[in-house]
Amino acid sequence: MSKIPLQFRHNGRDVAIFVDGGTNLLVALRELIGDMTPKFGCGQGGCGTCSVLIDGELHLSCLTLAETVAGRSIETLDGIKQGPNLHPLQRAFADNFAAQCGYCTPGMLMAAKALLDRNPSPSRDEVVEAISGNICRCTGYEPIINAILAAAGGRVSA
Amino acid sequence: MLELRKDIFADERDDNLNEIGKGTQRQDMLGHVTGTSSYFNDHKLQGMLHLKAVRSTQAHARIRRIDTTEAERSAGVRRIIRGTDVPVNLNTLLSLINFGKDDEPSLAVDKVRYKGEPILAIVADSEREAFEAIAKVKVDYEPLPAVFDVEDALKAGAPVVNETYPKNAFIYHDVYDHQRLRFGDADAALASADHVLEQRYQMSPIEHAPTETNGAIAAPDTNGRYVVYTSTQALFFSVDTCAKILDVPSNTFHFIGGTVGGGFGGKVDTLTEPLAILGAMLTGRPVRYVFGREDEMQYGPPRGAERIFIKDGVMRDGRVVARKIRAYFDSGAYTRLSSYAAVKCAAHLPGPYTIPNVYGDVYCVFTNRTPATAMRGFGVTAMDFAIECQMDKLANLVGMDPMEFRILNAYRDGDMKAHRREAKNTALIECVQVAAEKAKWPIRDEFRRASSRKDGGGSRAAVPPTPTDSRARPAAPAQQRTSYDRAPVNATREPPRDPPPPAPPPPPPRPAAPSHGATRFSSVFGTRRR
Amino acid sequence: MAVTVKTFTSASEAAGALSSDRNARYLGGGTLVMRALNEGDVSISTVVRAQDRALTRIDASGPRITLGAGVTFARVLAERDLAFLHAPARSIGGPAVRNMGTVGGNLFAPNPYGDFTVALLALDATIAVAGGFGARDIPIEEFLQARERQTGTLVLSVSCTRPANSEAFRYRKIARIKPKGGSVVTLAAHLPLSGGRIAGARIALGSMAPTQIRARAAERALEGRSLDAATIAAAASAASEGTSPSDNALGSAWYRREIVGVHLRRLLSGQE
Repeated sequence: MSKIPLQFRHNGRDVAIFVDGGTNLLVALRELIGDMTPKFGCGQGGCGTCSVLIDGELHLSCLTLAETVAGRSIETLDGIKQGPNLHPLQRAFADNFAAQCGYCTPGMLMAAKALLDRNPSPSRDEVVEAISGNICRCTGYEPIINAILAAAGGRVSA
Repeated sequence: MLELRKDIFADERDDNLNEIGKGTQRQDMLGHVTGTSSYFNDHKLQGMLHLKAVRSTQAHARIRRIDTTEAERSAGVRRIIRGTDVPVNLNTLLSLINFGKDDEPSLAVDKVRYKGEPILAIVADSEREAFEAIAKVKVDYEPLPAVFDVEDALKAGAPVVNETYPKNAFIYHDVYDHQRLRFGDADAALASADHVLEQRYQMSPIEHAPTETNGAIAAPDTNGRYVVYTSTQALFFSVDTCAKILDVPSNTFHFIGGTVGGGFGGKVDTLTEPLAILGAMLTGRPVRYVFGREDEMQYGPPRGAERIFIKDGVMRDGRVVARKIRAYFDSGAYTRLSSYAAVKCAAHLPGPYTIPNVYGDVYCVFTNRTPATAMRGFGVTAMDFAIECQMDKLANLVGMDPMEFRILNAYRDGDMKAHRREAKNTALIECVQVAAEKAKWPIRDEFRRASSRKDGGGSRAAVPPTPTDSRARPAAPAQQRTSYDRAPVNATREPPRDPPPPAPPPPPPRPAAPSHGATRFSSVFGTRRR
Repeated sequence: MAVTVKTFTSASEAAGALSSDRNARYLGGGTLVMRALNEGDVSISTVVRAQDRALTRIDASGPRITLGAGVTFARVLAERDLAFLHAPARSIGGPAVRNMGTVGGNLFAPNPYGDFTVALLALDATIAVAGGFGARDIPIEEFLQARERQTGTLVLSVSCTRPANSEAFRYRKIARIKPKGGSVVTLAAHLPLSGGRIAGARIALGSMAPTQIRARAAERALEGRSLDAATIAAAASAASEGTSPSDNALGSAWYRREIVGVHLRRLLSGQE
């Protein structure tokens, strides 16, 4: 059984790993690179907690064949802090009580970042649409939506 | 937004709330927003193996033979665990508090009792290799008749789901096949009520669907101990359950948990830890057993289904004078926590109302469905749904406003509840008043002026004469039919059946003579010695 | 044994590899094949990929449009010339799924998915496939009827004629969860008009049979008529004819049969 060499950028850093055929990106990130911020929730594309950005675009890492990201740039929640400081979205999530069990939070934050990177001042409907692939089973959607709007507002006024 | 109504019951406490009503940061929030909160699966252990279960494809079947020859030879397989490898392969969760009989194997041996029941655990180098080995296991089933309906399960001649309870009902205190509540003479009150309303309510099983699936990682530690990362909601409960199943002292384990990716009651059953630890014991390697999404949704325990019959007697002036309830909890194939749910349910009757005649029978029933477990107020939630639907219908029947109808019947401080406890600190009236106010729902002055602390007690504090069950059952009172009385939509269109004939009347529960006269009440055991 | 991944630069090579291995599946956006692998489907032992640019090409300038099989729903939504396909594309998944899921893969998506294919069926799309015997075009209806046998063929592209105007093509997806959720029923209607009368009506339904199907009785009720209340009522009452929905967690077969006519009536009468 031969392993497949794979190189890509992970939160701005070049990484090289060897994967088994069929390994998904979520397993590669968590078990081979040690980035535990994307989570396993369903393996089916239903929950969104494994969401990462691939070349800036929101993808589900559990449905991404690892070797398809060769040479591409992956961004996870582990990479969005700005040095020692929280990203405005992280700060807004904390301030607005936008996490309960915390398990959906990595995916929510990446979906929110994908939105704000393209659309810095979204409407409430656009926020709802942006996180529509992410399930919060503690059903804390309102604070999450408010947090994303607050982060966007903060960014505009800053 | 949060609004504190300090004007209500203002004289009952000092107005010195320092934290309530103010925002306080959660201590785990920073971990959550940075993704550094550590869940059970966020541990990368050297040489970790993966465990997957071979699950029953049948709802009820005898296992004739399990052929693992090909699976043993499958690439990457380290160990196939059978029921005979489990040191104590029969357990019931509440045995830790000495409640109920051991009725559930960790791995099925001679029989499967629900679709998805684990039969084998396969430990392999990778999940893929475990899946490949599962596909090579051959299980020879002899299908048995299955029962999926709680009332069918209690009929004579129904298939026996779980041989520990041959009548398909949990047995309380070694005697009673259901929980009973008797307060006053409900049958007599129904016979003289102005209206009688009998209705059938039902709730389907509900899956908790946590975003993080159930799972555990167990790894050999030094000194023969095992470190266990787990998604459990009940860490110490899980430690002791594992100690019992694996027949070792509980200090064999170092359990690490507490950060749970959503539980809601679905992570108390300790389904993954014993097999993960056993896998680690048998291979000497770290072993991870995590449910896939299908495992979680299909085989993870749900909130159990319930069927509830309520028969109420109500007077023209709106007073509910009798409430007779028969409820069935669908425990699925094993007890888990449903025996306790039925106790909670019986303790909750007849809801937050003062009704002078209450009669309740609550059954915990075994069927060939996925075993049920805890979920947010289990035992009470579906019953409340049924009771509040019933209250709306009763109000309509007597032509009263539903809010006023509730205030009229609400319990008040000093009233005697059906379990012979005095009602204290009741607040239903005030809740209804505030709800009406918020909803801009007009209620009349006399109901706006009602108070939980007025007009309770007195004659309402009495325990009414209560006939014992041993006397001949009165004939069912003639039905005062109403527009609500209709046959259940599905099923057989028969009127609700009487419960199965009661067993010969058991002697009244007689707690062991207290040596010092002190007793305490436990919701599980009832009154017992301190 | 781990899965073998075979990556080719041309679609025809990939098609050859796919047709020669019964346990091979073509990986498009990953939302079907990776899902199957994650759930432990050991029938898949080989994953075939192609990095052929032809598979991601969009030709939307003329009256007949062609979408490479690897075109994602997000790209459909980004293309102004494909406005008539935006409603079906937007009804699929959340943003991440739309960034991954492809037009070609959707042809294989089982119930309660495959919404984009419902639209393509109403539009009488043509599917270009490459199999062991070279490339050929198949009408979508024929493709879907034999879908079980298509796993060994590689879909290259889909093409269809652009509807005359926005009234001529309508789409509606009924889901329990908004804005995202599996389909209870999905409906699409192509209603070309000729002299004020419908000529060549095609109505397609999702989740009403094992694959997407046409509601032929409803089409007959529309054919040659103007879209008035009586015609709409006749089509709606015929909507469930010939359907064979099944029960799933989103809805029972009975419920689907009950509501399909209601939603067809709303679709045809332009109600929200």
